[in-house]
Amino acid sequence: MNINLTLIGQSITFFIFVFFCMKVVWPPIMHALDERKKRIADGLAAAERGAHEQELAEKRAAEKLHEAKQQASEILAQANKRASEIVDEAKEAATEEGNRLKTAAEAEIEQEVHRAKEELRKQVSAVALAGANKVLKKEVDASTHKAVLDDLIAQI
Amino acid sequence: MASEQELTSTGYIQHHLQNWTFGQHPDGHWGFAHTALEAREMGFMAIHVDSMLWSIVLGLVFFFMFRNVAKKISSDTPSGMQNFVEWIVDFINENVRGSFSGKNDVVAPLALTLFVWIFFMNLMDLIPVDWLPMTAQLIGQYVFGANPHHVYFKVVPSTDPNITFGMAIAVFWLMLYYSIKIKGVGGFFGELAFQPFGKAGLPANLILEGISLISKPVSLALRLFGNMYAGEMIFILIALLYSGGIAWGVLGGFLQLGWAIFHILIITLQAFIFMVLTIVYLDMAHQHH
Repeated sequence: MNINLTLIGQSITFFIFVFFCMKVVWPPIMHALDERKKRIADGLAAAERGAHEQELAEKRAAEKLHEAKQQASEILAQANKRASEIVDEAKEAATEEGNRLKTAAEAEIEQEVHRAKEELRKQVSAVALAGANKVLKKEVDASTHKAVLDDLIAQI
Repeated sequence: MASEQELTSTGYIQHHLQNWTFGQHPDGHWGFAHTALEAREMGFMAIHVDSMLWSIVLGLVFFFMFRNVAKKISSDTPSGMQNFVEWIVDFINENVRGSFSGKNDVVAPLALTLFVWIFFMNLMDLIPVDWLPMTAQLIGQYVFGANPHHVYFKVVPSTDPNITFGMAIAVFWLMLYYSIKIKGVGGFFGELAFQPFGKAGLPANLILEGISLISKPVSLALRLFGNMYAGEMIFILIALLYSGGIAWGVLGGFLQLGWAIFHILIITLQAFIFMVLTIVYLDMAHQHH
């Protein structure tokens, strides 16, 4: 338990260790700790920002969805309207076409009837002529009585 | 030669409490002290080789342990040793922030060095008292051919008052240095001379403040030394039981285990107290009164 040079030796050793600790041990460790603290703080801030942004995005998404639904229903309504329009137009066109066809058919029928009447008239006149010919035999000359026969045909 | 002396309890204890000393003999030549008496006769011109050796070795253990981590430290997820080192550094940093109000880059590394270094020195106390001295005796005897009874080897540096006073005086110099640096020579001596009784009570002020100033390093050193010396002494006394037969030996085993467990608290606490008081004293040196 003698007090001796060890005292001074320990003091010097102490200062040397403190010096080296101060120069090469403490600063890098503290630097890393501070940096990590900063990174954690940044990370937390970023997380909060992310959460906020997500909230906004959700809101935006909901808005977009709503808009899209509205647009869809509008388009649907328009489409329905257009469809009924098209159907109406088609009906109209069909009616018109039908009428046109009917008119044409009627005209044709009338023409046909007319032609048949004409034909019939001609045949009737021929039959009448033949009948008259048989009745009158020689008395009646086709060429001399042509005017009478034509008049007869016209009267049928 | 000294075998009879070695067998007595007193001899055993005395042998354990004697440092391995290198110094100047009274006749002028330098050499190792072979007996406690020779060591005492060397006076101030001697050095405790074992104390200094362990002090430096443990200081290096501290330094390289922390330096290795500091070299490859990153702010990514820490692991292993880095966790441990960061935990201690953070703990010290918290303490310094809590107790030290000034701005000084020396205080925190100083506190870290003190805490870990003193803790390591105290930790040597938990190694069974005979292991290292016995090893040293065997090496001394068979490698260097020394008389084993003249091989002294004290392994707990903090049970050597030179070590504790060495650190306390170093802290004391720092206190004086920062007091004068911050407050100036006049401010520092003004604090000593004109407080607490004003100019009229100058002599009383000087005595009071002088004592309180001197008592700081003295109490710092004696507290650590006293605790560790007492703890060491109890380990030595317990170790004596091993020579008393099986029954005493078993009892000694339990006692040693119990005391070692309790001592874990003391060694940590003493390292912590030394560190905290150092921070507080340095803080006082930075403050104007």
